[in-house]
This record gives sequence, structure tokens and C-alpha cells, in this order.
Amino acid sequence: MALTRRRLEVIDPDLCVGCMSCMFACSRRFGDSGLNYSAIRIRSVGGVERGFTVVVCRACDAPSCVKVCPTSALKLRGGGGVTLDSRLCIGCGYCVQACPFGAVFWDEVEGKPIICTHCGYCVDFCPYGVIKVM
Amino acid sequence: MPLADEQLARVLYVDLTNRRYRVRRREDLFSKYLGGTGVAVQILKEELDPKADPLSPENVVVMAIGVFTAVYPAASKLVAMFKSPLTGNLGESHAGGRAALSLRMSGFGALVIRGASDTPIYLSVHDGRVEFKDASALWGVRSSLTIGKVLREREPWPGLRSIMRIGRAGERLVRYASVILETYRHFGRLGLGAVWGSKRLKALVLGGKRAIPVADVRGYREAYKQAFEGCLRSPATRKYHELGTAENVIPLNEIGGLPTRNLRSARFEGAELISGERFAQESLARRIACAHCPIACIHIASIRELYPGERYFYVTRHISYDYEPIYALGSMLGVSELEGVLKLIEQVDILGLDAISSGVALAWVTEAFERGELSERETLVKPEWGDWRTYLRILELIVEQPNDFYKLLAQGTEKAAERYGGSDYALTFGGNEMPGYHTGPASHIGYLIGLRHSHLDNAGYSLDQKYLGRAYPDPEALVDELVEEECWRQVLTSLVLCLFVRGVYKPEMISRALRPLGIEMSEEELRDLGREIYREKLRLKMEMGFDPSELRLPRRVLETPSPHGRIEEDYVRRALDRYRSLANSLT
Repeated sequence: MALTRRRLEVIDPDLCVGCMSCMFACSRRFGDSGLNYSAIRIRSVGGVERGFTVVVCRACDAPSCVKVCPTSALKLRGGGGVTLDSRLCIGCGYCVQACPFGAVFWDEVEGKPIICTHCGYCVDFCPYGVIKVM
Repeated sequence: MPLADEQLARVLYVDLTNRRYRVRRREDLFSKYLGGTGVAVQILKEELDPKADPLSPENVVVMAIGVFTAVYPAASKLVAMFKSPLTGNLGESHAGGRAALSLRMSGFGALVIRGASDTPIYLSVHDGRVEFKDASALWGVRSSLTIGKVLREREPWPGLRSIMRIGRAGERLVRYASVILETYRHFGRLGLGAVWGSKRLKALVLGGKRAIPVADVRGYREAYKQAFEGCLRSPATRKYHELGTAENVIPLNEIGGLPTRNLRSARFEGAELISGERFAQESLARRIACAHCPIACIHIASIRELYPGERYFYVTRHISYDYEPIYALGSMLGVSELEGVLKLIEQVDILGLDAISSGVALAWVTEAFERGELSERETLVKPEWGDWRTYLRILELIVEQPNDFYKLLAQGTEKAAERYGGSDYALTFGGNEMPGYHTGPASHIGYLIGLRHSHLDNAGYSLDQKYLGRAYPDPEALVDELVEEECWRQVLTSLVLCLFVRGVYKPEMISRALRPLGIEMSEEELRDLGREIYREKLRLKMEMGFDPSELRLPRRVLETPSPHGRIEEDYVRRALDRYRSLANSLT
């Protein structure tokens, strides 16, 4: 039986105001404030007047990040996305380079990737309905 | 008590003369004053000779954030404190955008800039590193917006950085030159841009990413949620994110408080045409937010222009608007064309001028020209109410300074009026041009006694509106109320909260939000802190030469009826007497 996919989706980036509340929410899940642990990134499309792009894990079927991981620290997650076993991770950063969306972020404290778990905590802090868990 | 986040207490001291920097830990300041205004006052006291010439290398710029920055929503301001070249006194300017967040993410709680470089430079601060980079090629570039585009390509941390820069106005030391951030936010008031220009500092780029530890995770999440909901759903913030501050145009005009044509009137027949509603319908292109603020009050308009002589060749440009620029470059100049207001706003941004000071200066020029105090020999063009095309040119001339008149006008409206006449209708308060509220005595007394001469110091305009249709207080009680409000606002600006969320972050909420960060302060202790910062700031201001006995209102304010009728000179005199005795008792 196929697992139900649960993934974070970008509904409409045109609604994004660039407040970064989702980024702070994501980082806050780990207890700290700031942005170090954020697995979502909002950035302008070359100047805020042109709007924003929401960079987040797309839960690919055949993710590039998993393919390049030399220690199998990244594994396919049932239902979409990948999981990180940080004990196996050697911090090589290949996954960051491999993701074509730039959606694998980097933990500056631990020197390891930050992987979106599609938990949806950020959704509650997006005031304008840009993202949703589907 | 120790701060949960030790990095906040790192203060970066930059010496532009020798291109050196050092970092000092200042837990003493941050744990006592929480950041922002409170910390900046103390550092300025330590670093600046109060008698220094504001445009000399001896002037010092302090920029500070607070314990709430990048921790709670809408703590999104960066406070800059310096000696103002416009007033010769304490200068304090606050900017939104991404600057506050970026400073904390770059690993510092405050930045101190002193000295002056011999050639143009820009500073790049990220990951705790400081680089001095040559800016000779950037100096003299026509538009400050181009500088932003160039640095965007050259500097790291896209999306997580702030790019602050000055325009030609700052380079040429116009004393109301601004610093522009992220294209749409500003350190507008009191000439920080000229101070940077005098230091040959063209730009400052801050960026980084890091974790900020908190003492009590669960308590933090709860307090965060409450603050977030408050910012988003409180009726107090609704207007900012719907029409934005431009919403003020119509109501102010209706009560007769909208300064028009150099305040010869407080009602503008073209108000409807330049209202927030009209801007939204005709040209609003996008609403955006400062970093870590869900309100999204920044309103960006687009203008689409056909090139003359070219068929089907259009350009679309974007300009942010707010109430203050609409007042200063709209009603104050009799400009009722939306396109004109937007192009004037764009021009002050391109040149790097403060919108309010520029508008008030143009209004004074127009009236002085009409009255024959000025002729074309001085102005070189013919200023006329509503003629925004000529105003675009005058703004250029203020920066170019081709003759003695423009050299003086670049020093501020007050200076120009002292020489050419018309001080009675030069709308300045302690040397600073007036904000857009002629709502009654409290607004004007508030501008005079506010420690940074800003309408946001003590919100006199808000008191005026509160007392509409009710018994207006005695001058003594009014001053007490203004000062009490200003004392409290020192807490808000030390936490660098945007003043738009003052209704959300009430004393009880702040006290609760501090606790998970390991800081115990009761509501009363917070209020006491506000009073102490106010006192300290007033003392510093007096050391810089501020003299409460020299305060005066421009006559025009007393001539044009406000929503409370004509403002009585005697009322103002009694209020200022009260303020003087208060100021004396506090210092």
C-alpha cells in the first residue's frame, strides 16, 4: 500500500511579502531563535519589487541529494522527502551542491545539512497563505 | 544578569581613518539597557566629544539593535545615533528593512563608526568579519539605486543581508541627506547621509546567519505566538497593512490637519487625488514587509512611462510611498497628481535626500519666491505650487549647489531663511523640518520638545486627535503627558520594536516576552528604565548644546487654524515653561 504523501507546497509565491516569519518558525522548532536551523528560505527575485521566491524541499521522487550522499546519511522518507541520519553525516556538503533548487540548507553550528521534514510548523506562521501542507 | 545570547553584547568599533576595527564585549550595556536607544546613548557618551563638528572625522555614528531583534516579530528597527549636521544636536534615526536582522545575524549587537577615510570606501560585515573595500568608482554615481544593484551582485548572503548606501546628496554633504536601505527603507531624518558622506563612507553591507539561544524554549514559543498573533490580528496594526500609513491623508484632511502649501492651509482640495485609497487603486504594485514583521506595511507603487519619441517603448519603475512623503512632496507643495508625487519621491531616493526636509524646504522656497524674498537669480527656476517638474529640478540643484543660495538651502530651511528672510514661515523645529501633522498644540509642542524632534517621539498628533471634541488639557498637563509617553517609547526603541506595534507590546507583554530570554523585569522596572534612558538622552543632548530656553514655534503654526482652532501663543509659552522646569529637574 502506498504511503500518503505529506509535503509542504508553495501555493502562491505572489502572495509572499517577504516577512520571513516562516523561516524563523522553522528555526524555532529546534528551540533557538535566529535563522540557523531554517529549512526554508525566502529571497527576492532580484529586488523585492519583483516579488519573492520560496525555496523549500520539493520532496522529489528521485532526489539528487540522496544520490550524492557518500555515507547514506540521507535516505528516502516514506511519504515524500528525505531524512537525515546525522550520526552518519560527515558534513561533506555534496547534498547542498546537488539540490537544483538550493533547498538543502546548512547548519553553521554543526556543519551539517538542514533537511525539511515537511512538518508544516511554518505554515501556521505564514500570514498570507503562501505555503500549505498537502 | 548574563544574556542568553552572548553575541548580542559584541560591539564592533570601526575606525575609518586607519581602516582598523576591534570588538569589545559590552554585557554591561546590553543587560542594563536592552539595546537600541538605551545602548546607543551610552556608547555615544563614551565615544563622542559633544562639541565635535558633525561633519568632521570626530563625529561618531552608533548603530544598535536589542534583545528582541531576530527573536520576536516586529523588533525590526535599527537605531542610528550621531551628531546631526542639520540641527547641530543629537541625531537619532530609525530604519526598518533588513538592517536590524542582518546586524544580529552578522554577530554583533552594535556598530560604532568613527574617523574618516581619505578615499571613498564601503564596509562589508559578515560572519564576524569586517572588510574595508574601495568605493571610488561608486562615488558620484547618479543614482543611489544603482549602488544597491551593484553591491547586490558583489556581496554575499542574498536574502539575509542589508545594503545601506548614500546618494549624491550625502556625498555633497546636504545636511538632510539620508541613508537608503534595501531601496525602500531609510535612515531619513537629521542627515545621517551627510555624516557618512563626510566620512567618505558610501555603503555598508551586513549579512549572516546564526542561531540565537534562549533560556526557556517553551516559554519563548508561547510568548512568540502571542506577539505574532497580536501583530497580525490587532486592530491597532490593521491600517498599516491594508492601505498603509497613506490611509492618514483623508482623515487628516477632513479634520483640517493636513499641512498644505507651506501650511498656509490645513486642508488640501487635492487630498482625494493623493489619498491612500487612490494610490492603492491606481498604482499599488506590491506590499512587502520588513524582515521578521508579519504586518507588511511597505507599499510599493509602479509607474509606467512611455518614452518620448519612441512608439511602444515603455519603462516600469517602482517607488515606495508612505504618508510622510505624500504630505511633504504632495499637499505641502500643492501637488495633486499621483505621478508627480511618485516622481518626487523617486527623485529624493535617487539623490539620497530626506523626503520630509526636502518637501518643507521646497515649500518655503515657493512661498519666499511668491513673496519676492527670492528671485530667479537665486532659485534659477520659477517654483510654483503644484509644478512638480520644476520641483524635480530644484531637488537636483540642492545637491549640485551651483550658487550661494543653494549652498545655504543644502544646510536646511532654517539656515536659508535666516539669510533670505521668511523665518516666520520656515516650518522648522529646532532646525528640523516639520512632519505632516497640524492637528493641534500637542503635535507642534511635541516636535519642539521631542528629543529627536520627530512626531514619533511622543505622538503629540495622536493626543490632539484623542482630545478632539473633548476638553483639551492645560499646557502643563499636556507636557507631562507628552514626556511620559516619550519616556515609555525609550523602552520600545531600546528593544527596537517598530512603533506601529506599540499597541501589541504593552508593558505586560514586554515583561512576559523578556522572561524566556532570561531577563526578569517588571512593568514598573521597565517604566523606570524608560525614564532613565530619557534622562540620559536629554543630558547628552544638552551637552551637545540643546537649550530648552531657545525653543520657538514658527509663526505660521499659530496663524493657520488647526482642528482645535488657532493655537494660542500663550498656551505654547506655558507649555514650554513647564517643559523647561521639567528638563531642569531631570538633568
